[in-house]
Amino acid sequence: MTGGVPGTGLACPIVACATDVVQLGHGSGGKLSADLLREHILPHLAGQNAAALTDAAVLPLEAGSWAFSTDTHVVAPLEFPGGDIGALSVHGTCNDLAMMGARPACLAVGLVLEEGLPLALLDRVLESLGAAARGAGVRVVTGDTKVVERGKADGMFITTTGIGRLDAGFAPAPARIGAGDAVLVSGPIGRHGVAVMAAREQLGFETDVVSDSADLWPLVERLRTACPDAVHALRDPTRGGLASALNELAASARVGVELEERAIPVPGGVAGVCEMLGLDPLYVANEGVLVAFVAERWAGVALEAIRSHPLGAGAVRIGGAVAAHPGLVTVRTAIGSARIVGLLPGDQLPRIC
Amino acid sequence: MKYLDEFRDGAAARALLRRIHATASRSWTIMEVCGGQTHTIVRQGIDELLAGAVEMIHGPGCPICVTPLAQIDKALALASRPGVTLTTFGDMLRVPGSGGDLLGARARGGRIVAVYSPLDALRLAQRRPETQVVFLAVGFETTAPANALAVWRARELGVENFSMLVSHVTVPPALRALLDAPGNRVQAFLAAGHVCAVMGWREYEPIARERLVPIVVTGFEPADILEGVLLAVRQLEQGRHEVENQYARAVRRDGNRPARELMARVFEPVDRSWRGIGEIARSGLGLRAEFARFDAERRFGLETIAPAEPEACRAGDVLTGRLKPIDCPAFGRACTPSHPLGAPMVSSEGACAAYVASGRLRAPAGAGV
Repeated sequence: MTGGVPGTGLACPIVACATDVVQLGHGSGGKLSADLLREHILPHLAGQNAAALTDAAVLPLEAGSWAFSTDTHVVAPLEFPGGDIGALSVHGTCNDLAMMGARPACLAVGLVLEEGLPLALLDRVLESLGAAARGAGVRVVTGDTKVVERGKADGMFITTTGIGRLDAGFAPAPARIGAGDAVLVSGPIGRHGVAVMAAREQLGFETDVVSDSADLWPLVERLRTACPDAVHALRDPTRGGLASALNELAASARVGVELEERAIPVPGGVAGVCEMLGLDPLYVANEGVLVAFVAERWAGVALEAIRSHPLGAGAVRIGGAVAAHPGLVTVRTAIGSARIVGLLPGDQLPRIC
Repeated sequence: MKYLDEFRDGAAARALLRRIHATASRSWTIMEVCGGQTHTIVRQGIDELLAGAVEMIHGPGCPICVTPLAQIDKALALASRPGVTLTTFGDMLRVPGSGGDLLGARARGGRIVAVYSPLDALRLAQRRPETQVVFLAVGFETTAPANALAVWRARELGVENFSMLVSHVTVPPALRALLDAPGNRVQAFLAAGHVCAVMGWREYEPIARERLVPIVVTGFEPADILEGVLLAVRQLEQGRHEVENQYARAVRRDGNRPARELMARVFEPVDRSWRGIGEIARSGLGLRAEFARFDAERRFGLETIAPAEPEACRAGDVLTGRLKPIDCPAFGRACTPSHPLGAPMVSSEGACAAYVASGRLRAPAGAGV
């Protein structure tokens, strides 16, 4: 960039291509775009069959039903303890498919990059995305990249769209929830939201909480094997946390949900941060936890199935579905009273003191 | 968590409940001063478990709630000024002013940053010398020392682009005003443990003595509150009126002396208007003359903003314990967390928000709880 003719003050007028940050030209469709794809995107997706640079992927699909879902990921910072936007964007869409009972198969990846994004950071994020996809057994089959001016995006946004194969004998859906179902959660709650918040804000205290960002298919697969018919509904409680997910399920299934406050697994670090900031862990996001509504008779079997995978080692029963108060989620407190756990009007706001 | 779990223990709480019911020969009326206590009470259903022995009425100790509308409007006015960045605690963002809230002002391009400490605001001012950084300083004696420290540091470091919109209030004058108000029903107070951790309880002794009212310095966990209630009920039954300290693990009679001294060097008592209650003499803290140049009202000439409250909001009655949130005609109808008329519906310490957050809706559909 600083090249020129020594002693003359003359500089080469041709824009130099060597750069360590994303430039608008990377989205031009020209040589820079090709370089970006060849040097910074495709290598991380090796083995993902993305090298077939046609306008669209052609998928020879087997007959049957397929689940199809899309999710756009925005997170600041792009890298946080326990994960990054790359792995998160794979887990997010794969988990949405898995909650329908579908084994994730293929992904499309759309990138919106902000001018000035360090290429080293892009490399790290895409390497993580590629590793997460391989780990989940999904292929990235197509994608797109756009670059926007500095200030018009928060580093990068990633949209992933995926399809997954449904199994005829396994169809969890909110409509199948019935009064008497056991409500299980696959592990400790609140870790993703707290890890990201702690990384984003200058909180002035240390926390060792890491995001739980993970592919949930292995847990779903074990449930499918152990008791396919007894798994009535699955949900990954992401934004809005456990409370919001249960409210949605209770409303759509027209059942009540009763939780035992003491049974809900809140890790000490999450409880501590929430305590200091005045947040309720029931509303904090998760990215590697699932909630299962399971026929009461099969609750023990389902719990063992989830626990047989390391990701579900902390699985517990937290309550049940009831015929009373349809649409409402209640929690029984340690001192024996009960309260309704409703939906939040917006984001939780940290409190003053 | 050490020092917390034992105060959340269900068995201990239930034992305290039994003792309260066994001690009370009639139903007593006790006000918890602090909004944090209100939330524990409503969230855990403590008021319902106490029915028959004690009626809990919710006090004015939500700092967000008592911040006058004029201060919110001044903050809104500042946020829309070119070159100004307004900083404040997260739960101020949704408090309605007469022209919308700070979240709305931010969405329309106002520079508003939520911070966790006034020192973060000061650091922001140091990082952005081209910007006027204003911190909206609200709260009781709990938050005042940190805010005093920020102003003190700003003067020490010569950070001239930092200022404060000060709306601090103090508890003891409010307790006197509540006791003097016509129709007062308060027979005993649970004083706010965190305020007393800073201030101690010497100021409360003359109130208990002169007004014949038991005051128990109380913590925030279920067993703290129940123990505070038990101590207050015992005093009432025995005709005593003293200051007792339930929150001994955090509070000493003299409080935190360095914090108090710093507050006294930076702030001085001023008359202050409380949202929903009105003006209470010497119930606020303002910057002393030697720190006047850090006063945002002076720096930006905001003294003239004086709006009127929406008529439907009866926050004053709620804040003085005359009205339970659920009995307010606007509660859950014209006033909801998404469209709050007043601050008690917004703040995490507000009584109306506590009722909503704990599902105490008006006629909940088929609620079997």
